[in-house]
Amino acid sequence: MDILTEDSLLIKKYVSGDEKALEFLIAKHNKRLSSFIYSKVNNRDITEDIFQDTFIKVIKTLRRGTYNEEGKFLPWVMRIAHNLIIDHFRKTSRMPMFQGADSFDIFSLIGDDKLNAERQLIKDQIDCDLEVLVAELPADQREVLIMRIYKDMSFKEISENTGVSINTALGRMRYALINLRKIIEEHNIVLTN
Amino acid sequence: MGKIYATESDKHRSAKASPSTVKFLLDYSKALEITEANGLQFESNLN
Repeated sequence: MDILTEDSLLIKKYVSGDEKALEFLIAKHNKRLSSFIYSKVNNRDITEDIFQDTFIKVIKTLRRGTYNEEGKFLPWVMRIAHNLIIDHFRKTSRMPMFQGADSFDIFSLIGDDKLNAERQLIKDQIDCDLEVLVAELPADQREVLIMRIYKDMSFKEISENTGVSINTALGRMRYALINLRKIIEEHNIVLTN
Repeated sequence: MGKIYATESDKHRSAKASPSTVKFLLDYSKALEITEANGLQFESNLN
């Protein structure tokens, strides 16, 4: 039995429900097809992906009963792989993939400035603790600090709203901070992020 | 020179899909169910 007829026999067996025949088919052409793909893409992971996609197409076509190239199984599979390789290069040229190397890491340029879950939790905790500490401040200092830090108002706006001079507002802000530090030190509170 | 070419082609020849990929394909094949209704074919994966 020559190789080509053996393929068509395996296909017939597979189509009629013998899963073992597919295993033989894959094992038989694994090396040749993988080498063909690898010679084009030069990357083991991409070779595996394309090999897998090729056989998924093969399986679908055989199971749908639309395969009609009797005796030319390998050239047909190679053509599918070839088309998938072209698709791969089209995709990568449209959207180049950068891989991190020791000399250059793309993530040193692209960063995610959002806090991760742990840091967000710590930040929330600190905000919560600070709220309690701010509540301890004398009313005039607390008012200025809240306007400046939480409401993001300028000292000019604060002075207009509270009816005191800019210098007084600045002074109250200064004392608010000094007192906050004092409370933190007195109670040995650690606020870090 | 000949030696260099030989090493390169060896690298290509040694490429082979991993057993896990082969297993995936065999499992995929077992799970794939093609049903026909009104001349249309439908694919479904049975787990």
